[in-house]
Amino acid sequence: MADLTVEIAGLRLQNPFILASGIWGETGATLARALRAGAGAVVTKSIGTEPRQGYANPTIVEVPGGFINAMGLPNPGIDAYKEELETALGPGKPVIGSIFGADAREFSALARRMEGFGVAALELNLSCPHAKGYGAQLGQDPDITRKVTSVVKAAVRIPVFVKLTPNVASISAIGKAAEQGGADALCAVNTLRGMAIDLDLCRPVLGHGMGGYSGPGIKPVGVACVYELFKAVRIPLIGIGGISTGEDAAEYLLAGAAALQVGSIVYKKRDRTFRDLCRELDRFLASHRYRSVRSLTGKAHGGS
Amino acid sequence: MAQRSLHRPRLVTICEKKAETPLVTTLRWKDATSARPGQYVMVWVPGVDEIPMSLCDTGSLKGIAVHAKGEATSALARLHVGDRIGVRGPYGHGFRLRPGKCLVVAGGTGIACLAPLVERLARRWPRPSVVIGAKTRSELLFVDRMRRTGAEVVVTTDDGTAGRKGFATDAAYELLNRNRYTQIYSCGPEVMMRITASLAQCQSAPVQLSLERYMKCGIGICDSCSMGGIHICIEGPVLDARRVMHLPEFGKYRRDACGRREKV
Repeated sequence: MADLTVEIAGLRLQNPFILASGIWGETGATLARALRAGAGAVVTKSIGTEPRQGYANPTIVEVPGGFINAMGLPNPGIDAYKEELETALGPGKPVIGSIFGADAREFSALARRMEGFGVAALELNLSCPHAKGYGAQLGQDPDITRKVTSVVKAAVRIPVFVKLTPNVASISAIGKAAEQGGADALCAVNTLRGMAIDLDLCRPVLGHGMGGYSGPGIKPVGVACVYELFKAVRIPLIGIGGISTGEDAAEYLLAGAAALQVGSIVYKKRDRTFRDLCRELDRFLASHRYRSVRSLTGKAHGGS
Repeated sequence: MAQRSLHRPRLVTICEKKAETPLVTTLRWKDATSARPGQYVMVWVPGVDEIPMSLCDTGSLKGIAVHAKGEATSALARLHVGDRIGVRGPYGHGFRLRPGKCLVVAGGTGIACLAPLVERLARRWPRPSVVIGAKTRSELLFVDRMRRTGAEVVVTTDDGTAGRKGFATDAAYELLNRNRYTQIYSCGPEVMMRITASLAQCQSAPVQLSLERYMKCGIGICDSCSMGGIHICIEGPVLDARRVMHLPEFGKYRRDACGRREKV
């Protein structure tokens, strides 16, 4: 078996597959389930300062190529999330705390709380595509991205990852801003803005109308973003977007990712997700005579 | 086999509306999709919300029993014949039918998902025992419908206005002392289901419980309905009591739309 371990910003993972934020992450028990099912690490649901209900249902709709969802950042608030994390940390593997705030100050306060709860790293949600005043509304601006990142970096000792939106003219510009702010790694990409309309009712299906598109359909977009970021920054990249197989993972690694996150595939494979992906990636490595995951990172960028 | 359709609401037209009790209204629509007793559908009231509702009719005529208590259920109860709603599903694991003599214990609107089960049981195996418990006479649901199946129906009300005064679990206790059952099914308040499952341990008959949790996606992704890491939306809503009894939240707490714990 090839070496599937990766190290990203000091985090050692048994395999490169991380459960993405928003999937299985509302409760500690389910995060622990993902870790026991073989996830290299898990990312929590994005947690804010106060409890938040999110949007009215429908919050998800299936479309060819994946799902469009607009949950609206529902979360129990940072105080209540402490006990979920206690459960999630049970299996003894890395748990990455995702947080969202309206400004740098709120982000840094949340970051300190999360660090205190024992997470291995933070993921800053600067990329939720549809929440007013949060997510991509901050993360589409390089200056705000730099500011939020640097303020959080100054507040905590654990690694800080910044999750980027693909809904920008230049993801490199945003990635560079996060790197200048001191980000330890970049996660790319969050969902693409998307919408589904009911043809009979003549209205959007999702309660919020606008949503974010995920699943196999967005993989080429994610691969392109990772490829572009690999050229633009020196910090490690975590590839996200439509990874369903070991070969999808390999494609992201070749584009420049050092680790990967998966979400929509969990719908289909549930507890088999991580073991299947590991086995498939291992088979790819063996058949292409690679000895480790690490040796793939960025190989699509030519011999230079 | 037909290809699975997308998880997306399909519009159906309500063809029957009936006030069953002062609190509960049934809505029915024609829908050839196959469904098992115990399964649920995500019901979309456009412009309001989309909520999980157990099917109280699982044939080519599908039905839900609406107890108007929240925004979406109140909106549903206001709909008329001819109005359209969106439906996803049927979703989840329904009841598994096991041969032999069965005991069914229902509390409140819990009888809604059990009614189509009793109809199937009564057609195939010896007379099932059905306990229907409610707070008071006017809240009793589907009593005549259950009697028509030929089942032995025992009614209890908390205030004694109909049937025996007491809880459904009191009647279940006596039935368990009197008869041997091969399978026990229950749906209703969690405290009632917990007691039912505990009482049944003396007969070592397997118990299937239908559980309810706040749901968003309905397809096992969003984790809103997690009960100790079990997703009620697809691994339930019907689960063996053995899987549920040890969960710290069973009968104790559930989660609201934010994911906060609240008492059941």
